[in-house]
Amino acid sequence: MNTTVPATSLGEPNFTAIAFFLVFIAATLGITYWAARKTKTTEEYFAAGRSISGRQNGFALAGDYMSAASFLGIAGLVSLSGFDGLIYSTGWLVGWPVVLFLIAEPLRNLGKYTFADVVSFRLKQTPVRVAAAIGTLAVVTLYLIAQMVGAGNLIKLMFGISYEAAVVSVGIVMLAYVLFGGMIATTWVQIVKAVLLLGGAALLCFLTLAQFSFNPAVLFSKAAEMYGTEVLAPGKQVANPWDAISLGLALMFGTAGLPHILMRFYTVPDAKAARQSVFWATGLIGVFYLMTFVLGFGAMVLVGREAIMAVDKGGNMAAPLLAEVLGGTGLLGFIAAVAFATILAVVAGLTLSGAAALSHDLWVSVYRKGDAPHEEQLMVARLATVVLGIVAIVLGIVFQGQNVAFMVGLAFAVAASGNFPALVLSIFWRGFTTGGAVTSIVTGTVASLVLIAISPTIMIDLMGGQSAIFPLKNPAIVTIPLGFATGILVSLLAPEAKASAAFDAKERRMITGAE
Amino acid sequence: MNDDIRALARARWRVAIGLSAAVFALYFGFIFAVAFAKEAIAAQVVPGVSLGIVIGALVIVGAWITTWIYVVWANRHFDTGLKAINEKTHG
Repeated sequence: MNTTVPATSLGEPNFTAIAFFLVFIAATLGITYWAARKTKTTEEYFAAGRSISGRQNGFALAGDYMSAASFLGIAGLVSLSGFDGLIYSTGWLVGWPVVLFLIAEPLRNLGKYTFADVVSFRLKQTPVRVAAAIGTLAVVTLYLIAQMVGAGNLIKLMFGISYEAAVVSVGIVMLAYVLFGGMIATTWVQIVKAVLLLGGAALLCFLTLAQFSFNPAVLFSKAAEMYGTEVLAPGKQVANPWDAISLGLALMFGTAGLPHILMRFYTVPDAKAARQSVFWATGLIGVFYLMTFVLGFGAMVLVGREAIMAVDKGGNMAAPLLAEVLGGTGLLGFIAAVAFATILAVVAGLTLSGAAALSHDLWVSVYRKGDAPHEEQLMVARLATVVLGIVAIVLGIVFQGQNVAFMVGLAFAVAASGNFPALVLSIFWRGFTTGGAVTSIVTGTVASLVLIAISPTIMIDLMGGQSAIFPLKNPAIVTIPLGFATGILVSLLAPEAKASAAFDAKERRMITGAE
Repeated sequence: MNDDIRALARARWRVAIGLSAAVFALYFGFIFAVAFAKEAIAAQVVPGVSLGIVIGALVIVGAWITTWIYVVWANRHFDTGLKAINEKTHG
C-alpha cells in the first residue's frame, strides 16, 4: 500500500451517484414515454418529425459529440501530459466549421435520413447506398466498441458493479430510449446530457479556479512548479511530427463524415435551422474543451499524477477524482452520474444512425427499391435498432480488457477518408459519377482499416512486435487524399452523362430546398 | 431563374471555400508549430502560459469567429438572394 496516495471512495457503491443516476434514468424514461406517443411514422422515428429548433439541435449535437472519451479522456490526458491534450481538443473543434461551411445546409436540403441520400441523389441508388452503408456501419461499429468498452470500465470503476452487468445495463437502457422514443427521445436525452455535462464541468472549473484566485495562469504556473515546465510544452504525443499532422487531418475532416452527427441535421425544419444548430454546437463544444483543459491541470495540481495513475493508468479518472477533492463524495457521485448519462446519449445516437443505414439505405432503398409500406419501414427500423443494440452489447463484452482508445481515432480516420470525400464531391462536383462514389467510399474505408492494421498502434502496442510496416499511428494523411483521388480519377475515366445532366436540378434543390 | 440559382450557389461556394481555407490554415499553423517548432511553442508569454497555450486558445476562438462570419453572411446575403429567387418563381 502506497501511503502517499490519498484515499478515494471511487469504486465503492456511492449513494449520491446511485441517487443522481436513478433520477436521470427516471427523467429520461419519462421523456421516452412522452416521445413514444409522438413517434408514429418513419419520419418521426429517424428525424423527430423535423420539429427540432436550431438551438435545440445545437445542444443535441453537442450532446451527441461530447463523449466520455472527450470529457474523461482529454481531462485525463491533460492531467498526465499537460499541453498535449490541447492538440486533440482543437482538432475536435475545428471539424465543426468544416461541417457548417461545406455540409450542413446542402445535406438538409438534399436528404431525408442518411448521408447516403445526398451521395446517391443523382447517381445509381443500389451501388452507392450499399457502399455508403458499409462506410456508415464501419464508423458506427468502431465508435460503438470504443464507447461500450469505455462504459463497462467506467461504470465498473465508479459504481463497483461487474463489467458485464455495466455493458448490459447501458445496452438495455439505451435500447429503451431508441426503440420506443426514436429520434425524439434520443434528441432530448442528448439535450439533457449536454446541459448536465456543461453544468458539471463549469461547476468543477469554478471550484478549481477559486483556489487559484480565478486566474488560469496561476494554476498553470503551479503545475509547472510541481512537474516541470514540460507540462506547458509539446510532449510525447507529438514525438513524430507527421503523426501529429495525420491525426490533425483525421480530427478536422472526420467530424463531417460521422453518420450520427450528419443524421442530426435532418431533425430541423430547414437549412437555416441547420446553420443555426452548428453555430450553437461550435460555441458549446469550444467552451467545453476550454473547461476540460483547466480541469486537467486542476487534477494534475490538486489530485496529483500518482494518485490519478494509481486508480487508472490512462488517467481517465482524473475528472471524477478532482470532483472528490473539491466537493467530497457528493460531487463525485454527481460527476459519475453525468459520465454515465454521457455514454448513454452517445450510444443512443450511434445506434439510431446505424439502424437508419440498415433499414432506410439497405432494406427500403436497395432491397425494396424505395417502395415499402410505411408500417413495414417503421417495423424494419425498430428491428434494425434491436439488432444493433444486441451487437453493441456483444462487442462490448468481446472486447473486454482490450485497449480500445485508438478506435475513436480510427473511426475518425474512416469517416474522414471513406465518407467525407464522397459527400463533398457529390455536393459540389457536376462530374462525379456512380463509379467514382463507390470506389471513393470503399477505397477510403478499406485503406484506413488496412493501414491501421499494419500501424505501430496494432503491430507494436497491441501485438507486442518490434516494428510496423506503416510508420504512422493515424493513416489520414494518406487515406484522405486517396479517397479524393480515387473518386476524381474514376469519375474522369468513365463519365456518366445522365448524372451530369441532373446536376442543375440537384443544385436548385440544394440552394432553395424545394423539391 | 437558373442563372440566379447558379450565381447564388457560386457565391456560397466561394465563401465556404474561403472560410474553410482560413480555418485549415489556422489549425495547421498551430499543428505545424507544435510539430516542428517545439522550442518556440514552449516559451512562456506570461509565467504559466506558454505560446502554445495562447495559440491553441486562439484556434478555438478562431473557429468561433469564422462560424460567426459565415452565419452573418448567410443570414444577410444568402437568405436575401434566396428570397429574391423565390419571389420571382412564385410572384
